[in-house]
Amino acid sequence: MDQTQDIKKHVRTYIAVFIALLALTTITVAVSYLHLETHEAIIIALIVAAVKGGLVASFFMHLISEKKAIYMALILTAVFFAVLMALPIFAHSDPIMMKHVP
Amino acid sequence: MEIPYTIDSRPDTGLFNAKLGIWLFLASEVMLFGALFTSYILLRVSAPEWPHGSLILNVPLATLNTVVLITSSITMVMAWASLKMNNFKKYRTYMGLTFLAGVAFLLIKGVEYGTKFEHHLFPSNSTFFAIYYTLTGLHGLHVIGGMIVNGYLWGPGSRMWKTRPERFTNRVEVAGLYWHFVDLVWIFLFPVLYLL
Repeated sequence: MDQTQDIKKHVRTYIAVFIALLALTTITVAVSYLHLETHEAIIIALIVAAVKGGLVASFFMHLISEKKAIYMALILTAVFFAVLMALPIFAHSDPIMMKHVP
Repeated sequence: MEIPYTIDSRPDTGLFNAKLGIWLFLASEVMLFGALFTSYILLRVSAPEWPHGSLILNVPLATLNTVVLITSSITMVMAWASLKMNNFKKYRTYMGLTFLAGVAFLLIKGVEYGTKFEHHLFPSNSTFFAIYYTLTGLHGLHVIGGMIVNGYLWGPGSRMWKTRPERFTNRVEVAGLYWHFVDLVWIFLFPVLYLL
């Protein structure tokens, strides 16, 4: 019985997250029609996407209350992901590589 | 031989084995898509000019697909919650809706691809279309993979509910984690390809 009550409470959270995701999707699309400068548009779009992704991961994927083993694996993933995202910066500071870029 | 820790948590991890397994798999998926995202950045910043996605892609259709995938994520989590509340009938409804949302996503994507092909816009057309087809194509394959699992758990696989309900609920949870990840990838693909 306790578990059912607990899940019912979770269901209300899921619905709230769903509404928030729809609202954030509307915001992303609306902002794209404002024709902002490219760097401004990129920053806003990525912030909104990160918030949406955070909501999905935290609540639908239950990351907000997970076990340590999963957090440890994901911290390692986040570090390597950050290195991957930094690769274009490394590439652009590499004079040999940049010689081939128009 | 009985497979260990399909229901109970392993003492050292505090998790049933499949859950740690799917998270490790998803970690590898982050690296797969991460590599393609970083390729996108490198290609874009190195290109002399880059088209604005909204001028050559169909934003309304992609927005609709975003809504479809977000909806499928909530139906998926509701399918799992229904099993937790011991309501198998509701589970079937929600899992069925999740599967149908996958079908809808692929149909919409198919219409989008079809229009592009009609206009002779192929991966060989430009760097933009090469990375667009690679990213959306790989994502589409992930949707198909998820639908196969979801379809199995809706149909023949759901027989396990009668014999081992807790193990079946855990299977649905694991399939759900994968499905939400596919949604999460699209949440980033959509603005990156269509809106920037």
